[in-house]
Amino acid sequence: MRQSKFARRHAVNAGERKTTSAMIASIAPNGVPTRSAPFGHTLARLAHQRPGIVGLTADLAKYTDLHVFAQEHPDRFYQMGMAEQVLMSAAAGLAREGFTPFATTYAVFASRRAYDFICMAIAEEKLDVKIVCALPGLTTGYGPSHQATEDIAIFRGMPNLTIIDPCDALDIEQATEAIADYKGPVYMRLLRGKVPVVLDEYDYTFEIGKARLLRDGADVLFISSGLMTMRVLEAAKALEADRIDCAVLHVPTIKPLDTQAILDGARRPGRLVVVAENHTIIGGLGEGVAALLMREGVAPVFRQIALPDEFLDAGALPTLHDRYGISSSELVRRVRKWTE
Amino acid sequence: MADGTTEFEMPRAGSNVSLAERAYRIRRHAVRMGEVQGQGYVGQALGVADVLAVAYFHALRYRPDDTLWEGRDRFLLSIGHYAIALYAALIEAGVLPEEELETYGTDDSRMPMSGMAPYTPGMEITAGSLGHGLGIAVGMCLGLKRKQSDSFVYNLLSDGELGEGSTWEAAMSAAHHKLDNLIAIVDFNNQQADGPSTAMLSSEPVTDKFEAFGWHAQRVDGNDIEALRAAFDNARGLKDPRPRIIVCDTRMAKGVPFLEARDITHFIRVEPYEWALALEALEKGRPQ
Repeated sequence: MRQSKFARRHAVNAGERKTTSAMIASIAPNGVPTRSAPFGHTLARLAHQRPGIVGLTADLAKYTDLHVFAQEHPDRFYQMGMAEQVLMSAAAGLAREGFTPFATTYAVFASRRAYDFICMAIAEEKLDVKIVCALPGLTTGYGPSHQATEDIAIFRGMPNLTIIDPCDALDIEQATEAIADYKGPVYMRLLRGKVPVVLDEYDYTFEIGKARLLRDGADVLFISSGLMTMRVLEAAKALEADRIDCAVLHVPTIKPLDTQAILDGARRPGRLVVVAENHTIIGGLGEGVAALLMREGVAPVFRQIALPDEFLDAGALPTLHDRYGISSSELVRRVRKWTE
Repeated sequence: MADGTTEFEMPRAGSNVSLAERAYRIRRHAVRMGEVQGQGYVGQALGVADVLAVAYFHALRYRPDDTLWEGRDRFLLSIGHYAIALYAALIEAGVLPEEELETYGTDDSRMPMSGMAPYTPGMEITAGSLGHGLGIAVGMCLGLKRKQSDSFVYNLLSDGELGEGSTWEAAMSAAHHKLDNLIAIVDFNNQQADGPSTAMLSSEPVTDKFEAFGWHAQRVDGNDIEALRAAFDNARGLKDPRPRIIVCDTRMAKGVPFLEARDITHFIRVEPYEWALALEALEKGRPQ
């Protein structure tokens, strides 16, 4: 039977109403500095040095920060209209002619609608196309049509495709440069608009295929990607008050996984391993890490922070992050319970 | 040329071989490949042979021993199962050696049953998932324009493939971007896996549709070499900022009367003893 959400309509307390439009900026916790459109600005800058870079979008330049590139390089920007299949095919064609296309849309449309075109026209021949997609995981309150909760699960099975899930503005800037230098197909999850800056506090540089230990700790090892790295860093600080000592291994490249760094971290005895991802619990970083550990006979106590295997609710993002357990306060609560 | 390559220009000068003879040879190569496997999309290859003869020996600019030559016209085969037909044309064009046709579809062959770019010189794209070729052609045409190249991109589609919605995204896109360096060719044999394509998901009236999408459209008898030659010349010579399409009505198994007469299906069945008969039938119809 179809599950109805009608009954909820009257349960809202008007005094505490949060609006759905709080959807993107709300990724930044209070007081955290942000940078505007890190992807768009970086790509526009890179394009001055690399004449092969072109940009394409399917009617989402503004919402993937590609408009910054388009304004600076109008003759190298292709508006493909609301047509994700030809967006990917045309990117393949441009790559065949020696260009490096950056094709942008939302993660739902790239993964669900354009899969065959990415698979056969781009990945099968290792063409130099960069697919950069906004609204990964749960970063919009618009409901399942826009929430790409399973994009990584969809793309992990595609041979030749490198998958990047950057954490913050700094990560996006460095990853954009790295994937422009890398020859081959890449899928990158994008945080757009005003994007928090958090990794500048750490000794961090992005490198494709490399995980980075941002902090060490004796009790818990967080393994995380994307915006969840921000969240586990916050949680790790909060858990200091409980004398729970947390390490954070940031894994911005989901494929290929940095297996050595993950195994090294997980082999250290006495630590709870918690994989945290802005993605369904099925088929993402958590399952990737779990399979790796099993294959190698490494068996720490293992937990996952991930979105449930459900079509998620619409609503305000902070509410939804709490509801589905990916806010830092929910993280702290769970880790406390697991370490009791 | 001094470097030993042959650069073909339109019209192909210095060749005494008629287009009809080229078409005959393409058919013969295809039948011989079919015989290797005892099966194959021979019906399609026989049907489209005249189109390929005119494309490869009248219209296209290419170097047989340098298939990635920057100045070439690109020929994209969308329809992977027509690989047998394109291999036959590439053999006739001197891109692939004739003796290699005996490897068709066998392990480690450069000529697999479905066309794939990494396997075969002259196979520009990996085909087979239908509805990809025209979109890739759009990107290549945009790229060629960026490079100020005067090369054309040809894309051979099938009528069945027009059912794929992505083809129409690409059709809109090609017109929107005024891709006058794009020439699409539709092999309209009115057959697809489950029956006549017009009975599955009709694309008719197909030229009207493309015209409405902003294309220059022609429809010709795809087994009439003179009509094809004129259509290709017209498509290339137009001074009109529109993509061009040539819809070619072809007859499956053309040139082998006993196969033409068979209750034709997408995947034509040929008995082992019939391959020799098919070659004989072709020989009988060979141009003098």
